Amino acid sequence: MAEIQSPLPGVFYRRPSPDKDPFVRDGDPVETDQVIGLIEVMKQFSEVRSDAAGTLQAFEVEDGDMVNPGDVIAVVAEG
Amino acid sequence: MPISTLLVANRGEIAVRILRSAREMGLRTVLTVSEVDRESLAAELADAVAVVGPAPAQKSYLNAEALVAAGVEHGCDAVHPGYGFLSENAAFARRVQEAGLTWVGPSPDVIDLMGHKTRALEAAVAAGVPVLAGSNGPLEGDDDAVLALAREVGYPLVIKASAGGGGRGIRLVRAEEDLLRTVDTARSEAGASFGDPTVYLERFVERARHVEVQVLGDGQTFLHLGDRDCSLQRRSQKIVEEAPAPDLPDEVRERIRDSAVNLARLCSYTGVGTVEYLYDPVRHEAAFIEMNTRLQVEHPVTEFVTGVDLVAEQLTIASTGRTELRQEDIRFDGHSVECRINAEDPEQGFMPSPGTISRLDWPEGSEYRVDTGVRSGDVVAPYYDSLLAKLIVHAEDRETAVQRMGAALAATHVEGIRTTVPLLRRLVLDPAFAAVAHHTTWIETELLSDRARDNPSGTPSDRAPDEPGDTSGETPSEGNAP
Repeated sequence: MAEIQSPLPGVFYRRPSPDKDPFVRDGDPVETDQVIGLIEVMKQFSEVRSDAAGTLQAFEVEDGDMVNPGDVIAVVAEG
Repeated sequence: MPISTLLVANRGEIAVRILRSAREMGLRTVLTVSEVDRESLAAELADAVAVVGPAPAQKSYLNAEALVAAGVEHGCDAVHPGYGFLSENAAFARRVQEAGLTWVGPSPDVIDLMGHKTRALEAAVAAGVPVLAGSNGPLEGDDDAVLALAREVGYPLVIKASAGGGGRGIRLVRAEEDLLRTVDTARSEAGASFGDPTVYLERFVERARHVEVQVLGDGQTFLHLGDRDCSLQRRSQKIVEEAPAPDLPDEVRERIRDSAVNLARLCSYTGVGTVEYLYDPVRHEAAFIEMNTRLQVEHPVTEFVTGVDLVAEQLTIASTGRTELRQEDIRFDGHSVECRINAEDPEQGFMPSPGTISRLDWPEGSEYRVDTGVRSGDVVAPYYDSLLAKLIVHAEDRETAVQRMGAALAATHVEGIRTTVPLLRRLVLDPAFAAVAHHTTWIETELLSDRARDNPSGTPSDRAPDEPGDTSGETPSEGNAP
Protein backbone atom coordinates (compact mmCIF):
# COMPACT_ATOMS: atom_id res chain seq x y z
CA MET A 1 0.00 0.00 0.00
CA ALA A 2 1.24 3.47 -0.86
CA GLU A 3 -0.27 6.61 0.57
CA ILE A 4 -0.29 9.64 -1.68
CA GLN A 5 0.09 12.72 0.46
CA SER A 6 -0.69 16.33 -0.26
CA PRO A 7 2.47 18.40 -0.70
CA LEU A 8 0.53 21.66 -0.23
CA PRO A 9 -2.28 23.28 1.68
CA GLY A 10 -5.26 24.03 -0.55
CA VAL A 11 -8.42 22.72 -2.11
CA PHE A 12 -8.29 19.28 -3.71
CA TYR A 13 -10.02 18.55 -7.01
CA ARG A 14 -10.45 15.21 -8.71
CA ARG A 15 -11.34 16.66 -12.11
CA PRO A 16 -9.33 18.80 -14.56
CA SER A 17 -12.31 21.14 -14.74
CA PRO A 18 -15.78 20.99 -13.17
CA ASP A 19 -17.50 19.58 -16.27
CA LYS A 20 -14.88 16.92 -17.04
CA ASP A 21 -14.42 13.32 -15.91
CA PRO A 22 -12.24 12.61 -12.87
CA PHE A 23 -8.54 12.01 -13.56
CA VAL A 24 -8.92 8.54 -12.05
CA ARG A 25 -11.66 6.50 -10.35
CA ASP A 26 -11.50 4.09 -7.43
CA GLY A 27 -10.30 0.72 -8.74
CA ASP A 28 -8.56 2.19 -11.81
CA PRO A 29 -4.96 1.21 -12.56
CA VAL A 30 -2.42 4.02 -12.01
CA GLU A 31 1.15 4.50 -13.16
CA THR A 32 3.93 6.17 -11.22
CA ASP A 33 3.74 9.94 -11.87
CA GLN A 34 0.22 9.74 -13.23
CA VAL A 35 -1.87 12.79 -12.36
CA ILE A 36 -4.67 11.88 -9.94
CA GLY A 37 -5.89 15.32 -8.95
CA LEU A 38 -5.24 19.04 -8.60
CA ILE A 39 -4.64 21.22 -5.59
CA GLU A 40 -5.66 24.84 -5.79
CA VAL A 41 -3.79 27.20 -3.58
CA MET A 42 -4.21 30.94 -4.02
CA LYS A 43 -5.65 30.50 -7.51
CA GLN A 44 -2.70 28.41 -8.70
CA PHE A 45 -3.26 24.80 -9.62
CA SER A 46 -0.68 22.10 -8.92
CA GLU A 47 -0.97 18.52 -10.10
CA VAL A 48 -1.00 15.69 -7.59
CA ARG A 49 0.83 12.65 -8.97
CA SER A 50 0.85 9.07 -7.83
CA ASP A 51 4.22 8.00 -6.44
CA ALA A 52 3.41 4.33 -6.94
CA ALA A 53 2.13 2.03 -9.70
CA GLY A 54 -0.79 -0.29 -9.04
CA THR A 55 -4.51 0.10 -8.41
CA LEU A 56 -6.06 3.19 -6.95
CA GLN A 57 -7.83 1.73 -3.97
CA ALA A 58 -9.60 4.75 -2.51
CA PHE A 59 -9.58 8.50 -2.26
CA GLU A 60 -9.38 9.70 1.32
CA VAL A 61 -10.60 13.22 0.56
CA GLU A 62 -13.62 14.38 -1.39
CA ASP A 63 -13.59 16.59 -4.47
CA GLY A 64 -13.48 20.19 -3.25
CA ASP A 65 -12.19 19.38 0.23
CA MET A 66 -9.51 21.38 2.03
CA VAL A 67 -6.19 19.54 2.45
CA ASN A 68 -3.05 20.26 4.46
CA PRO A 69 0.52 19.20 3.72
CA GLY A 70 0.95 15.54 4.64
CA ASP A 71 -2.76 14.71 4.46
CA VAL A 72 -3.37 11.40 2.73
CA ILE A 73 -5.22 12.03 -0.52
CA ALA A 74 -5.44 8.49 -1.87
CA VAL A 75 -4.23 4.96 -1.25
CA VAL A 76 -2.67 2.89 -4.04
CA ALA A 77 -2.36 -0.92 -3.84
CA GLU A 78 1.02 -1.55 -5.38
CA GLY A 79 1.72 -4.16 -8.01
CA MET B 1 -29.10 57.80 -6.42
CA PRO B 2 -27.44 59.28 -3.31
CA ILE B 3 -25.45 56.71 -1.38
CA SER B 4 -25.49 56.64 2.40
CA THR B 5 -24.57 53.01 3.14
CA LEU B 6 -22.04 51.18 0.97
CA LEU B 7 -21.62 47.44 0.70
CA VAL B 8 -17.99 46.53 0.00
CA ALA B 9 -18.10 43.12 -1.71
CA ASN B 10 -14.43 42.24 -1.58
CA ARG B 11 -11.58 41.47 0.82
CA GLY B 12 -7.93 42.22 1.53
CA GLU B 13 -6.12 45.40 0.64
CA ILE B 14 -8.72 46.63 -1.84
CA ALA B 15 -11.52 46.33 0.73
CA VAL B 16 -9.40 48.39 3.13
CA ARG B 17 -8.73 50.93 0.38
CA ILE B 18 -12.41 51.32 -0.53
CA LEU B 19 -13.47 51.54 3.12
CA ARG B 20 -10.97 54.35 3.70
CA SER B 21 -12.42 56.62 0.99
CA ALA B 22 -16.00 55.69 1.85
CA ARG B 23 -15.45 56.66 5.47
CA GLU B 24 -13.79 59.94 4.48
CA MET B 25 -16.92 60.70 2.47
CA GLY B 26 -19.04 60.05 5.55
CA LEU B 27 -20.65 56.87 4.29
CA ARG B 28 -21.70 54.02 6.53
CA THR B 29 -19.92 50.85 5.42
CA VAL B 30 -20.84 47.18 5.42
CA LEU B 31 -18.23 44.59 4.46
CA THR B 32 -19.03 41.12 3.19
CA VAL B 33 -16.67 38.51 4.64
CA SER B 34 -16.18 34.78 4.43
CA GLU B 35 -16.04 32.82 7.67
CA VAL B 36 -12.23 33.02 7.79
CA ASP B 37 -12.17 36.78 7.22
CA ARG B 38 -14.32 37.86 10.18
CA GLU B 39 -11.32 39.27 12.03
CA SER B 40 -9.51 40.79 9.04
CA LEU B 41 -8.11 44.30 8.96
CA ALA B 42 -10.90 45.30 6.60
CA ALA B 43 -13.52 43.83 8.95
CA GLU B 44 -12.09 45.94 11.75
CA LEU B 45 -12.49 49.12 9.68
CA ALA B 46 -16.04 48.50 8.45
CA ASP B 47 -19.04 49.75 10.44
CA ALA B 48 -20.64 46.32 10.06
CA VAL B 49 -19.71 42.96 8.61
CA ALA B 50 -21.95 40.42 6.91
CA VAL B 51 -20.74 36.82 6.79
CA VAL B 52 -21.74 35.54 3.35
CA GLY B 53 -20.38 32.01 3.40
CA PRO B 54 -17.53 29.63 4.16
CA ALA B 55 -13.93 30.22 3.15
CA PRO B 56 -13.84 29.00 -0.48
CA ALA B 57 -14.50 31.99 -2.73
CA GLN B 58 -17.13 30.10 -4.75
CA LYS B 59 -19.23 29.92 -1.62
CA SER B 60 -18.61 33.45 -0.35
CA TYR B 61 -17.04 36.22 -2.45
CA LEU B 62 -18.35 34.70 -5.68
CA ASN B 63 -21.77 33.90 -4.22
CA ALA B 64 -23.84 36.60 -5.95
CA GLU B 65 -27.07 35.60 -4.21
CA ALA B 66 -25.56 35.87 -0.72
CA LEU B 67 -23.80 39.15 -1.48
CA VAL B 68 -26.94 40.86 -2.77
CA ALA B 69 -28.98 39.49 0.13
CA ALA B 70 -26.42 40.88 2.59
CA GLY B 71 -26.66 44.29 0.94
CA VAL B 72 -30.44 44.34 1.17
CA GLU B 73 -30.53 43.02 4.71
CA HIS B 74 -28.04 45.61 5.97
CA GLY B 75 -29.85 48.52 4.37
CA CYS B 76 -27.13 49.29 1.84
CA ASP B 77 -27.88 51.47 -1.15
CA ALA B 78 -24.82 50.69 -3.24
CA VAL B 79 -22.31 47.90 -3.93
CA HIS B 80 -18.61 48.44 -4.62
CA PRO B 81 -17.16 45.23 -6.10
CA GLY B 82 -13.45 46.16 -5.94
CA TYR B 83 -11.39 44.19 -8.48
CA GLY B 84 -11.34 40.47 -9.21
CA PHE B 85 -14.20 38.29 -7.90
CA LEU B 86 -17.48 39.58 -9.43
CA SER B 87 -16.26 43.05 -10.36
CA GLU B 88 -16.52 42.36 -14.10
CA ASN B 89 -19.52 40.06 -13.93
CA ALA B 90 -22.39 41.74 -15.78
CA ALA B 91 -24.94 39.28 -14.38
CA PHE B 92 -23.93 40.23 -10.83
CA ALA B 93 -24.13 43.95 -11.67
CA ARG B 94 -27.66 43.40 -13.03
CA ARG B 95 -28.73 41.51 -9.91
CA VAL B 96 -27.43 44.32 -7.73
CA GLN B 97 -29.47 46.81 -9.76
CA GLU B 98 -32.57 44.60 -9.80
CA ALA B 99 -32.40 44.46 -6.02
CA GLY B 100 -32.67 48.25 -6.03
CA LEU B 101 -29.03 48.94 -5.19
CA THR B 102 -26.62 51.19 -7.07
CA TRP B 103 -23.78 49.40 -8.86
CA VAL B 104 -20.48 51.26 -8.41
CA GLY B 105 -19.15 50.75 -11.91
CA PRO B 106 -20.13 50.99 -15.55
CA SER B 107 -23.43 49.62 -16.83
CA PRO B 108 -23.80 45.85 -17.14
CA ASP B 109 -24.05 46.27 -20.93
CA VAL B 110 -20.62 47.92 -21.04
CA ILE B 111 -19.18 45.18 -18.80
CA ASP B 112 -20.60 42.62 -21.24
CA LEU B 113 -19.21 44.44 -24.27
CA MET B 114 -15.69 44.66 -22.87
CA GLY B 115 -15.79 41.11 -21.51
CA HIS B 116 -16.42 39.81 -25.00
CA LYS B 117 -13.01 40.34 -26.59
CA THR B 118 -14.01 40.32 -30.26
CA ARG B 119 -16.86 42.78 -29.61
CA ALA B 120 -14.49 44.92 -27.56
CA LEU B 121 -12.00 44.84 -30.43
CA GLU B 122 -14.70 45.98 -32.86
CA ALA B 123 -15.62 48.83 -30.49
CA ALA B 124 -11.94 49.76 -30.22
CA VAL B 125 -11.60 49.91 -34.00
CA ALA B 126 -14.72 52.08 -34.20
CA ALA B 127 -13.24 54.45 -31.59
CA GLY B 128 -9.97 54.79 -33.49
CA VAL B 129 -7.99 52.79 -30.93
CA PRO B 130 -4.92 51.28 -32.64
CA VAL B 131 -5.15 47.50 -32.96
CA LEU B 132 -2.77 44.78 -34.09
CA ALA B 133 -2.94 43.29 -37.57
CA GLY B 134 -5.22 40.28 -37.42
CA SER B 135 -8.82 39.21 -37.85
CA ASN B 136 -10.02 42.36 -35.97
CA GLY B 137 -13.09 40.37 -35.00
CA PRO B 138 -14.07 36.70 -34.88
CA LEU B 139 -11.81 34.42 -36.92
CA GLU B 140 -14.07 33.10 -39.67
CA GLY B 141 -13.84 31.39 -43.03
CA ASP B 142 -12.47 28.07 -44.25
CA ASP B 143 -8.94 26.73 -43.82
CA ASP B 144 -7.68 28.54 -46.91
CA ALA B 145 -9.04 31.86 -45.68
CA VAL B 146 -7.42 31.37 -42.24
CA LEU B 147 -4.08 30.44 -43.83
CA ALA B 148 -4.26 33.44 -46.16
CA LEU B 149 -5.01 35.84 -43.30
CA ALA B 150 -2.15 34.38 -41.25
CA ARG B 151 0.27 34.83 -44.15
CA GLU B 152 -0.79 38.45 -44.43
CA VAL B 153 -0.35 39.03 -40.67
CA GLY B 154 2.91 37.06 -40.47
CA TYR B 155 4.31 34.68 -37.86
CA PRO B 156 4.52 34.42 -34.92
CA LEU B 157 0.87 35.12 -34.22
CA VAL B 158 -1.59 34.39 -31.45
CA ILE B 159 -5.01 32.79 -31.37
CA LYS B 160 -7.11 34.20 -28.54
CA ALA B 161 -10.43 33.14 -27.08
CA SER B 162 -13.03 35.87 -27.45
CA ALA B 163 -14.41 35.03 -24.01
CA GLY B 164 -10.90 34.92 -22.50
CA GLY B 165 -8.91 37.93 -21.38
CA GLY B 166 -6.57 38.58 -18.51
CA GLY B 167 -3.94 36.38 -20.15
CA ARG B 168 -6.23 33.34 -20.40
CA GLY B 169 -7.15 31.45 -23.55
CA ILE B 170 -4.17 32.55 -25.64
CA ARG B 171 -2.13 30.30 -27.94
CA LEU B 172 1.04 31.14 -29.76
CA VAL B 173 1.66 29.93 -33.32
CA ARG B 174 5.21 30.20 -34.63
CA ALA B 175 4.89 28.40 -37.95
CA GLU B 176 2.25 27.76 -40.59
CA GLU B 177 2.24 23.99 -40.12
CA ASP B 178 0.88 24.48 -36.58
CA LEU B 179 -1.81 27.00 -37.49
CA LEU B 180 -4.92 25.00 -38.35
CA ARG B 181 -4.40 22.47 -35.58
CA THR B 182 -3.91 25.26 -33.03
CA VAL B 183 -7.03 27.08 -34.22
CA ASP B 184 -9.02 23.85 -33.74
CA THR B 185 -7.59 23.25 -30.28
CA ALA B 186 -8.11 26.88 -29.29
CA ARG B 187 -11.76 26.71 -30.40
CA SER B 188 -12.49 23.51 -28.48
CA GLU B 189 -10.70 24.81 -25.42
CA ALA B 190 -12.51 28.12 -25.57
CA GLY B 191 -15.80 26.26 -25.86
CA ALA B 192 -14.98 24.03 -22.91
CA SER B 193 -13.48 26.74 -20.69
CA PHE B 194 -15.63 29.74 -21.49
CA GLY B 195 -18.70 28.29 -23.17
CA ASP B 196 -17.94 30.22 -26.37
CA PRO B 197 -15.69 28.75 -29.11
CA THR B 198 -15.15 32.11 -30.85
CA VAL B 199 -11.47 32.93 -31.36
CA TYR B 200 -9.59 35.73 -33.06
CA LEU B 201 -6.15 36.01 -34.57
CA GLU B 202 -3.50 38.68 -33.99
CA ARG B 203 0.13 39.39 -34.76
CA PHE B 204 2.33 38.46 -31.79
CA VAL B 205 4.70 41.07 -30.43
CA GLU B 206 7.80 39.68 -28.75
CA ARG B 207 9.36 41.60 -25.89
CA ALA B 208 6.34 43.85 -25.64
CA ARG B 209 5.68 46.31 -22.87
CA HIS B 210 2.31 46.68 -21.19
CA VAL B 211 1.01 50.24 -21.03
CA GLU B 212 -2.47 51.40 -20.09
CA VAL B 213 -4.59 54.52 -19.76
CA GLN B 214 -6.81 55.35 -16.79
CA VAL B 215 -10.12 56.76 -17.99
CA LEU B 216 -13.10 58.17 -16.17
CA GLY B 217 -16.56 59.10 -17.34
CA ASP B 218 -20.06 59.98 -16.17
CA GLY B 219 -21.88 59.32 -19.45
CA GLN B 220 -21.39 62.96 -20.55
CA THR B 221 -17.87 63.95 -19.62
CA PHE B 222 -14.98 61.62 -20.46
CA LEU B 223 -11.36 62.13 -19.55
CA HIS B 224 -8.09 60.34 -18.90
CA LEU B 225 -5.84 60.45 -15.86
CA GLY B 226 -2.69 59.57 -17.72
CA ASP B 227 -0.91 56.35 -18.44
CA ARG B 228 0.86 53.60 -16.54
CA ASP B 229 3.41 50.96 -17.41
CA CYS B 230 2.99 47.47 -15.95
CA SER B 231 5.63 45.56 -17.89
CA LEU B 232 7.25 43.74 -14.99
CA GLN B 233 5.17 40.58 -14.73
CA ARG B 234 5.43 36.98 -13.69
CA ARG B 235 3.00 34.36 -15.02
CA SER B 236 1.24 37.17 -16.93
CA GLN B 237 0.57 38.87 -13.62
CA LYS B 238 1.78 42.38 -12.94
CA ILE B 239 4.22 42.84 -10.08
CA VAL B 240 5.67 46.37 -10.50
CA GLU B 241 3.76 49.30 -11.99
CA GLU B 242 4.55 52.94 -12.55
CA ALA B 243 3.06 56.20 -13.75
CA PRO B 244 3.64 57.78 -16.13
CA ALA B 245 4.79 55.09 -18.59
CA PRO B 246 8.51 55.77 -19.14
CA ASP B 247 10.25 56.07 -22.47
CA LEU B 248 7.14 56.42 -24.57
CA PRO B 249 7.30 58.70 -27.67
CA ASP B 250 5.01 61.73 -27.26
CA GLU B 251 2.88 60.79 -30.25
CA VAL B 252 2.30 57.28 -28.87
CA ARG B 253 1.35 58.66 -25.46
CA GLU B 254 -1.04 61.12 -27.04
CA ARG B 255 -2.55 58.47 -29.30
CA ILE B 256 -3.25 55.98 -26.49
CA ARG B 257 -4.64 58.67 -24.18
CA ASP B 258 -6.91 60.20 -26.82
CA SER B 259 -8.13 56.90 -28.20
CA ALA B 260 -8.84 55.55 -24.70
CA VAL B 261 -11.06 58.57 -24.02
CA ASN B 262 -12.76 58.04 -27.39
CA LEU B 263 -13.50 54.44 -26.49
CA ALA B 264 -14.98 55.53 -23.15
CA ARG B 265 -17.11 58.11 -24.98
CA LEU B 266 -18.23 55.61 -27.62
CA CYS B 267 -19.67 53.31 -24.96
CA SER B 268 -21.00 56.13 -22.69
CA TYR B 269 -18.73 54.93 -19.91
CA THR B 270 -19.64 55.64 -16.29
CA GLY B 271 -17.07 55.31 -13.52
CA VAL B 272 -13.38 54.48 -13.82
CA GLY B 273 -11.88 52.06 -16.31
CA THR B 274 -8.59 51.14 -17.89
CA VAL B 275 -7.73 50.70 -21.54
CA GLU B 276 -4.78 48.33 -21.85
CA TYR B 277 -2.29 48.41 -24.70
CA LEU B 278 0.65 46.38 -25.74
CA TYR B 279 3.57 48.56 -26.76
CA ASP B 280 6.11 47.40 -29.30
CA PRO B 281 9.32 49.24 -28.41
CA VAL B 282 10.93 48.26 -31.72
CA ARG B 283 8.20 49.57 -34.00
CA HIS B 284 7.13 52.30 -31.52
CA GLU B 285 3.54 51.19 -31.88
CA ALA B 286 0.83 50.63 -29.31
CA ALA B 287 -2.13 48.31 -29.85
CA PHE B 288 -5.32 47.55 -27.93
CA ILE B 289 -5.39 44.54 -25.59
CA GLU B 290 -8.60 45.02 -23.64
CA MET B 291 -10.57 47.39 -21.44
CA ASN B 292 -11.02 46.61 -17.76
CA THR B 293 -14.32 47.91 -16.45
CA ARG B 294 -13.31 48.32 -12.82
CA LEU B 295 -10.74 49.81 -10.48
CA GLN B 296 -7.25 48.39 -11.11
CA VAL B 297 -4.86 47.05 -8.49
CA GLU B 298 -2.29 49.65 -9.60
CA HIS B 299 -4.61 52.68 -9.34
CA PRO B 300 -2.48 54.26 -6.54
CA VAL B 301 0.32 55.28 -8.92
CA THR B 302 -2.22 57.33 -10.88
CA GLU B 303 -3.55 58.80 -7.63
CA PHE B 304 -0.03 59.83 -6.63
CA VAL B 305 0.76 61.67 -9.88
CA THR B 306 -2.68 63.28 -10.33
CA GLY B 307 -3.79 63.83 -6.73
CA VAL B 308 -7.21 62.37 -7.63
CA ASP B 309 -8.85 59.86 -5.24
CA LEU B 310 -10.18 57.34 -7.78
CA VAL B 311 -12.36 55.49 -5.28
CA ALA B 312 -13.96 58.76 -4.17
CA GLU B 313 -14.57 59.56 -7.86
CA GLN B 314 -16.22 56.18 -8.38
CA LEU B 315 -18.49 56.77 -5.41
CA THR B 316 -19.31 60.34 -6.46
CA ILE B 317 -20.22 59.26 -10.00
CA ALA B 318 -22.32 56.36 -8.71
CA SER B 319 -24.04 58.63 -6.19
CA THR B 320 -24.64 61.81 -8.22
CA GLY B 321 -24.30 60.59 -11.79
CA ARG B 322 -21.77 63.37 -12.39
CA THR B 323 -18.06 64.05 -12.13
CA GLU B 324 -16.71 67.49 -11.30
CA LEU B 325 -13.41 66.66 -12.99
CA ARG B 326 -12.48 68.13 -16.37
CA GLN B 327 -9.54 67.15 -18.55
CA GLU B 328 -7.93 70.59 -18.26
CA ASP B 329 -7.90 70.29 -14.45
CA ILE B 330 -5.84 67.10 -14.49
CA ARG B 331 -2.18 67.88 -13.76
CA PHE B 332 0.60 65.34 -13.72
CA ASP B 333 3.23 65.68 -11.05
CA GLY B 334 6.40 63.57 -10.86
CA HIS B 335 6.66 59.81 -10.99
CA SER B 336 5.15 57.01 -8.93
CA VAL B 337 6.12 53.35 -8.59
CA GLU B 338 4.17 50.51 -7.00
CA CYS B 339 5.41 47.07 -5.92
CA ARG B 340 3.03 44.23 -5.21
CA ILE B 341 3.84 42.12 -2.20
CA ASN B 342 2.48 38.63 -2.77
CA ALA B 343 2.59 35.56 -0.57
CA GLU B 344 4.64 33.62 -3.10
CA ASP B 345 8.10 32.14 -3.19
CA PRO B 346 10.07 33.58 -6.13
CA GLU B 347 12.74 30.91 -5.50
CA GLN B 348 10.19 28.17 -6.11
CA GLY B 349 8.57 29.33 -9.31
CA PHE B 350 6.23 31.71 -7.43
CA MET B 351 4.66 28.89 -5.48
CA PRO B 352 1.95 30.29 -3.20
CA SER B 353 2.99 30.59 0.42
CA PRO B 354 0.08 30.70 2.83
CA GLY B 355 0.72 30.72 6.57
CA THR B 356 0.97 33.03 9.57
CA ILE B 357 2.72 36.39 9.31
CA SER B 358 5.01 36.47 12.34
CA ARG B 359 6.55 39.85 11.64
CA LEU B 360 5.48 42.74 9.44
CA ASP B 361 7.41 46.02 9.21
CA TRP B 362 6.55 48.77 6.76
CA PRO B 363 8.64 51.80 5.86
CA GLU B 364 7.62 54.92 7.74
CA GLY B 365 7.30 58.37 6.20
CA SER B 366 4.92 60.46 4.16
CA GLU B 367 6.81 59.69 0.94
CA TYR B 368 5.60 56.09 1.22
CA ARG B 369 2.10 54.73 0.86
CA VAL B 370 1.28 51.23 2.03
CA ASP B 371 -2.02 49.67 0.96
CA THR B 372 -2.23 46.51 3.02
CA GLY B 373 -4.92 43.99 3.80
CA VAL B 374 -2.92 42.24 6.52
CA ARG B 375 -1.39 42.90 9.94
CA SER B 376 1.35 41.14 11.86
CA GLY B 377 -0.07 37.92 13.30
CA ASP B 378 -2.63 37.47 10.53
CA VAL B 379 -3.07 34.12 8.83
CA VAL B 380 -2.78 34.22 5.04
CA ALA B 381 -5.39 31.70 3.91
CA PRO B 382 -4.81 29.45 0.89
CA TYR B 383 -8.21 30.27 -0.62
CA TYR B 384 -7.63 33.67 -2.15
CA ASP B 385 -5.30 35.70 -4.32
CA SER B 386 -1.75 35.93 -3.02
CA LEU B 387 -1.67 39.74 -3.07
CA LEU B 388 -1.09 40.94 0.51
CA ALA B 389 -0.15 44.56 0.15
CA LYS B 390 1.22 47.22 -2.16
CA LEU B 391 4.08 49.58 -1.53
CA ILE B 392 3.80 52.86 -3.43
CA VAL B 393 6.27 55.75 -3.64
CA HIS B 394 6.26 59.12 -5.32
CA ALA B 395 9.13 61.42 -6.31
CA GLU B 396 9.91 64.24 -8.71
CA ASP B 397 11.34 61.92 -11.36
CA ARG B 398 11.62 58.22 -12.23
CA GLU B 399 15.18 57.75 -11.04
CA THR B 400 14.43 59.22 -7.62
CA ALA B 401 11.19 57.25 -7.35
CA VAL B 402 13.00 53.99 -8.12
CA GLN B 403 15.69 54.80 -5.53
CA ARG B 404 12.99 55.60 -3.02
CA MET B 405 11.32 52.27 -3.75
CA GLY B 406 14.65 50.56 -3.11
CA ALA B 407 14.78 52.23 0.31
CA ALA B 408 11.13 51.36 0.99
CA LEU B 409 11.74 47.69 0.19
CA ALA B 410 14.87 47.64 2.36
CA ALA B 411 12.70 48.78 5.28
CA THR B 412 9.96 46.22 4.56
CA HIS B 413 10.13 42.93 6.43
CA VAL B 414 7.59 40.14 6.19
CA GLU B 415 8.38 36.98 8.14
CA GLY B 416 6.61 33.67 8.64
CA ILE B 417 5.70 33.28 4.97
CA ARG B 418 7.59 33.67 1.70
CA THR B 419 6.91 36.85 -0.23
CA THR B 420 7.96 38.62 -3.40
CA VAL B 421 9.92 41.25 -1.37
CA PRO B 422 13.42 39.77 -2.06
CA LEU B 423 12.67 39.59 -5.80
CA LEU B 424 11.26 43.14 -5.80
CA ARG B 425 14.48 44.43 -4.19
CA ARG B 426 16.39 42.85 -7.04
CA LEU B 427 13.99 44.08 -9.73
CA VAL B 428 14.01 47.75 -8.84
CA LEU B 429 17.82 47.82 -8.72
CA ASP B 430 18.26 46.03 -12.04
CA PRO B 431 19.90 48.12 -14.79
CA ALA B 432 17.40 46.75 -17.32
CA PHE B 433 14.54 48.28 -15.32
CA ALA B 434 16.42 51.58 -14.99
CA ALA B 435 17.00 51.58 -18.75
CA VAL B 436 13.37 50.56 -19.51
CA ALA B 437 14.76 47.54 -21.37
CA HIS B 438 12.36 45.19 -19.55
CA HIS B 439 9.24 43.63 -21.06
CA THR B 440 6.37 41.42 -19.95
CA THR B 441 8.28 38.13 -20.02
CA TRP B 442 11.63 39.58 -18.92
CA ILE B 443 11.45 38.28 -15.33
CA GLU B 444 10.97 34.69 -16.46
CA THR B 445 12.95 34.61 -19.69
CA GLU B 446 15.93 36.71 -18.64
CA LEU B 447 16.15 37.56 -14.96
CA LEU B 448 15.21 34.11 -13.64
CA SER B 449 15.96 32.14 -16.78
CA ASP B 450 18.17 29.57 -15.03
CA ARG B 451 15.39 28.78 -12.64
CA ALA B 452 12.62 29.18 -15.19
CA ARG B 453 13.84 26.08 -17.00
CA ASP B 454 13.37 24.06 -13.86
CA ASN B 455 10.09 25.48 -12.69
CA PRO B 456 8.51 23.26 -10.06
CA SER B 457 5.40 25.36 -9.57
CA GLY B 458 1.81 25.34 -10.64
CA THR B 459 1.17 23.26 -13.70
CA PRO B 460 -1.03 24.30 -16.58
CA SER B 461 -4.65 23.52 -16.12
CA ASP B 462 -7.82 24.35 -17.95
CA ARG B 463 -9.52 25.17 -14.71
CA ALA B 464 -10.27 28.86 -14.80
CA PRO B 465 -9.04 30.82 -11.80
CA ASP B 466 -12.01 31.73 -9.65
CA GLU B 467 -10.88 35.26 -9.17
CA PRO B 468 -9.15 36.92 -12.08
CA GLY B 469 -7.39 39.45 -9.90
CA ASP B 470 -5.62 41.93 -12.03
CA THR B 471 -3.90 40.40 -14.92
CA SER B 472 -2.21 41.26 -18.08
CA GLY B 473 -3.79 40.41 -21.36
CA GLU B 474 -0.87 39.40 -23.37
CA THR B 475 1.45 36.54 -22.58
CA PRO B 476 0.51 33.37 -24.42
CA SER B 477 1.43 29.93 -23.30
CA GLU B 478 3.43 27.89 -25.75
CA GLY B 479 0.42 25.67 -26.02
CA ASN B 480 1.01 24.01 -29.34
CA ALA B 481 0.95 20.47 -28.08
CA PRO B 482 -2.00 18.44 -29.32
